[in-house]
Amino acid sequence: MNSTVVLLFKLAVVAALVLFPAIGSSFYVEMVAKVLVMAIFAMSLALLVGFTGLVSLGHAAYFGIAAYTVALIAPEYEAANLWLVLAASVLAAGAAAFFIGLFVLRTKGIYFIMVTLAFAQMAYYIFHDTALGRSSDGIYLNVKPDASIAGWMPFNLDEPLHLYYFILAAMVVVFMLLTFVLRSPFGRVLAGINSNEHRMKSLGYATFRYKLAAFTLAGALAGVAGFLYAVLFGFVTPEYLSWHQSGNVLMMVILGGLGSLAGAVAGAFAFIGLQEMFSDWTKHWQLLMGLVIVAAVLFMPSGLAGLPRRIFRMVNWGEDDE
Amino acid sequence: MDFTSFLIQILNALQYGLLLFLVASGLTLVFGIMGIINLAHGSFYMLGAYLAFALSSLTGNLMLAIVIGIPLAFAFGALLEKLLFVHLYKRDHLQQVLLTYGLILIFEEVRSLTVGDDVHGVDIPALFSASIPLSDNLSYPVYRLVISVVCIALAVGLWWLMQRTRLGMMIRAGSFNREMVQSLGVNIDMLYRTVFALGVALAALAGMLAAPISSVYPGMGGSVLIISFVIVVIGGIGSVWGALVAALLVGFADTFGKVLMPELAGLAVYLLMAVVLLWRPEGIFRKG
Repeated sequence: MNSTVVLLFKLAVVAALVLFPAIGSSFYVEMVAKVLVMAIFAMSLALLVGFTGLVSLGHAAYFGIAAYTVALIAPEYEAANLWLVLAASVLAAGAAAFFIGLFVLRTKGIYFIMVTLAFAQMAYYIFHDTALGRSSDGIYLNVKPDASIAGWMPFNLDEPLHLYYFILAAMVVVFMLLTFVLRSPFGRVLAGINSNEHRMKSLGYATFRYKLAAFTLAGALAGVAGFLYAVLFGFVTPEYLSWHQSGNVLMMVILGGLGSLAGAVAGAFAFIGLQEMFSDWTKHWQLLMGLVIVAAVLFMPSGLAGLPRRIFRMVNWGEDDE
Repeated sequence: MDFTSFLIQILNALQYGLLLFLVASGLTLVFGIMGIINLAHGSFYMLGAYLAFALSSLTGNLMLAIVIGIPLAFAFGALLEKLLFVHLYKRDHLQQVLLTYGLILIFEEVRSLTVGDDVHGVDIPALFSASIPLSDNLSYPVYRLVISVVCIALAVGLWWLMQRTRLGMMIRAGSFNREMVQSLGVNIDMLYRTVFALGVALAALAGMLAAPISSVYPGMGGSVLIISFVIVVIGGIGSVWGALVAALLVGFADTFGKVLMPELAGLAVYLLMAVVLLWRPEGIFRKG
């Protein structure tokens, strides 16, 4: 596809998201806001899974740590300063990813998948069982953070619309930041590690450090998503760190197709869209979700992002064989 | 802690570790031999527990339920391999994770649709329902000892199968070089199916044995799965012996973690894993 067409398409999607509250009811506005938060979460994981070749099954830990950071440091009945709590929770998530990365990045392949899962489970137990998490039921965030900078308030997160646009802006910023990172020399090294780590090592790159930097950045960005999720719903629970959450975000990344940020966003829309649709039909919606996932692996190995090419190939039989 | 309660904790740790070994051994074999990461392995544990519940309420006897349940679980494993897992051997780990994650969702919902979401108890067989008195007020249930003995017998049997039989020799050879074994005339597809079904049967048996102690409840597969992952990581992928040592270590860490620092009990196992990772990133008994 032509790069101008792609850019126009992306701009059209952003324009549609900007205009959406004009036509959607408040219920759907909140749902799209949730999807946008999940899109940030999915993009942060795509940096690891799709671009660096690190399949993490414990990414919910950083999402949850950031969410808990807001809930724990915000005063109970007053608004916390948005910029302070945002920075604190992103830092907390990034720091956790850095320390866990020191351990998990010593392993590869299947080990890496299992060890990331195990460390996330450890984080889950910290919030579920110890006094730090206060209670296994979770904590309410009673008051939304206050966005004022030195007395001037640019927007008010108590307004659902302001919150929606704040989340949309965060999604666009994260998208542009990751695009920039992936095009930078650092991103090129990650791509090299993805295709052949041994070769990158023999070229003299300290691949461990690059992977650790990517892991930390991915954790911090997952923290942005966790922070926004806590602010959006005003509630945090240990389930934010559960391995089902890690599994779901991995599904979003893979459903969207690897190696594409836009794919991760599409995956988040597809996953939550299916989830909402199925749970409307039946309380056993996970059965349908499971069947979709199994079918996707068996019949659609390259994800949603690979779908246009596959359809294209089916239409022009044999002309476009790789 | 006085000596008697210390002894009880040691026996509990052994029993828990040995039970985990049954689950983890199948997981490590499937990893090591077929190169497959199977997130749905915990579901087979759950399947076993629910089989024990359903069959023992049908037959009125847990031992009979186990005897019927093992071949059922083995057949289910063989069928699952033939229908789904056979497509995963040439796919990357990511797609294996995806498919087996989808399977967990399916299994949990099928469980919810057929048996419901209630917690169920399973009776200990009358033959083993006694307790051995250890002091005036402390005693140890015979059934837990039986579990340990059964697990030890199975561990020995598994060792004998892998090291001393023709089948075991073929399995070990198949994990090194699939094509070579195939060209020597061994039916490798059948071999893989057998190993997979054996893993399913072992996990299901663990679930059946545990059913009277832990009771039978939704989501019971998930925690066992993650602990089994930890065991495989500690023991080294593909090593049955490593899985045994690691399972016992985990059993002790968890049991004594609960006794000595109750608030951090959930963490003890993971701390153990972190230490092993620093010391030996590929597990204690990594082969090759």
